[in-house]
Amino acid sequence: MPHTFAEKILAQNAGLPDVTPGQIITATPDVALSHDNTAAISKIFRGIGVNRVRYPERLAITLDHASPPPTTRHAQNHADARRFVAEQGVTHFFDVGRGICHQVLTEEGLIFPGVLLLGADSHSTHYGALGAFGAGVGRSEMAAIWATGQLWLRVPESIKITITGQFSPWITSKDITLHIIGQLGADGGLYASVEFHGPAVAAMSMSSRFVLTNMMAEMGAKNAWVMQDAVTFDWLAAQTGAPERRPAWEAAARQLAPDPGARYAAEYTFDASAVEPQVACPHTVDNVQPLSAVAGTRIDQAFLGTCTNGRLEDLAAAAQILKGRQVASGVRLLVIPASSRVYMAALQAGYVETLLTAGAVFGTPGCGPCMGNHFGIPAPGEVTISTANRNFQGRMGTRDSEIYLASPAVVAASAAAGKIAGPEDI
Amino acid sequence: MPQIHNSQPTIQNSIRGRVWKYGDGVNTDVIFPGKYTYTVTEPAEMARHALEDLDPAFAANVQPGDVIVAGKNWGNGSSREQAAACLVHAGVGAVIAESFGRIWYRNAINNGLLAVTCAPAVAALNAGDVVEIDVQAGVITTGAGQTFRFPPLDPAVQAILAGGGLIPYLKQQFQSAG
Repeated sequence: MPHTFAEKILAQNAGLPDVTPGQIITATPDVALSHDNTAAISKIFRGIGVNRVRYPERLAITLDHASPPPTTRHAQNHADARRFVAEQGVTHFFDVGRGICHQVLTEEGLIFPGVLLLGADSHSTHYGALGAFGAGVGRSEMAAIWATGQLWLRVPESIKITITGQFSPWITSKDITLHIIGQLGADGGLYASVEFHGPAVAAMSMSSRFVLTNMMAEMGAKNAWVMQDAVTFDWLAAQTGAPERRPAWEAAARQLAPDPGARYAAEYTFDASAVEPQVACPHTVDNVQPLSAVAGTRIDQAFLGTCTNGRLEDLAAAAQILKGRQVASGVRLLVIPASSRVYMAALQAGYVETLLTAGAVFGTPGCGPCMGNHFGIPAPGEVTISTANRNFQGRMGTRDSEIYLASPAVVAASAAAGKIAGPEDI
Repeated sequence: MPQIHNSQPTIQNSIRGRVWKYGDGVNTDVIFPGKYTYTVTEPAEMARHALEDLDPAFAANVQPGDVIVAGKNWGNGSSREQAAACLVHAGVGAVIAESFGRIWYRNAINNGLLAVTCAPAVAALNAGDVVEIDVQAGVITTGAGQTFRFPPLDPAVQAILAGGGLIPYLKQQFQSAG
């Protein structure tokens, strides 16, 4: 019987010949991700009554959500996490400044086709771009995984999205992703495994593919998936410096690719050629408008960064737009590279100098103000345009501010214009 | 001030309380704001911030056993478990919705909070109504006497709820395994 990606990888992980949507299986994650919430999870873990993590080598822990810590309480939280890491002998630990968990784990070679990751972070859907199964879980569930190495999962229905056509200049994977979420709604992929197929996906860089899978959390998806090809394997080889692992990645990718004839709960086709720049308007990610409908809206802050769009190609797009220009008077442009590796590459490519010359402010690699902890919190009444994945009311710290979401190109152009604008408007 | 429930909850067979009614797409960030996720850790303090950016009147007026009734995709967004735990600490007896964000649903069950999917009951219930939920029978009864059935809970979910939540359930398992 033909199967989807989710059915294949969950059957393989559970050691079953066959699974069907709705079935409950016991999964044994290869990677268990946590971040600044590690300290809180460790308190829950101790409450279970076991002393040692079952598989400490499977844990991956980053300090990224409020990093470096803005207050004593946040600093104590980090100190508690480091103590847990030392006590349990966790080796995959990435301290302040290394970057955002989802970026760092992919750079560190922990994620490749066939990996099953459960993360105490909703954007764990991210990893599907590399052919891994990534799903978000809660803190108690992460404590349970630490204690037992396992967790129950329901095999999801799958949704197939095919993207055809070619992107026009300055139109990016962020625009098509926002368009899809706007069309299908914040519950358009609820509980489902969302697979991306089609020539426009094949033409994307790895960085662009991560935007698709990262943001499927905003459609309610359990996990997401993008087909793997030479782009995937070249990227993995470059990041890991281990090209000898390529045959194993290719074999896993072939084995787990969805079968022709697999059953989908829904199938959709979108045409990349028909999409103009998209903007998610306050206060939900599915409140999506074409740029032309909101162009001219006053902004106070532009934020370029996050696990969605804080990679090298995103900083490159902003640098290209802002070269020889200045951030508009009265507007702050905040740039936070997704990782230390992205930061260094941007420095070497000259993007950092270009952006600083244009008037940008740089922050330490990490989540920054995305979820309201620190480093760029807006004042009541202020408007931010951001490359992040979420614009919920109060998300960045105060319920009395507005967040618009867009591509790096639109965010950079808006910073120069002092109002929401596209690269062709300036 | 609401009564604060520090003890680990155990689902009772019958839940009876007043309805707090909300619409579609209520997300985790308005249930429990992200700026508190690494600093607000005590149950009483978590309860004080419940629904802070959705309904500022909620935390001060919620009473033990009250039931939240909401539309589609309640709890969409972040994985933060406090978006379920803060409701437990505030004394909420159950949440009835048309659908749930998947991580919020798991967090609710893992914290011993009953989450029921039942669109017809949502349509029939209004703010301030009294509602009763018979968990074993799978029946919701409105103050006006209308009844609605909901499907039986998944066995994996039932086992966790019967144990009082995921952590007490695991603790029992580790203890019995010696």
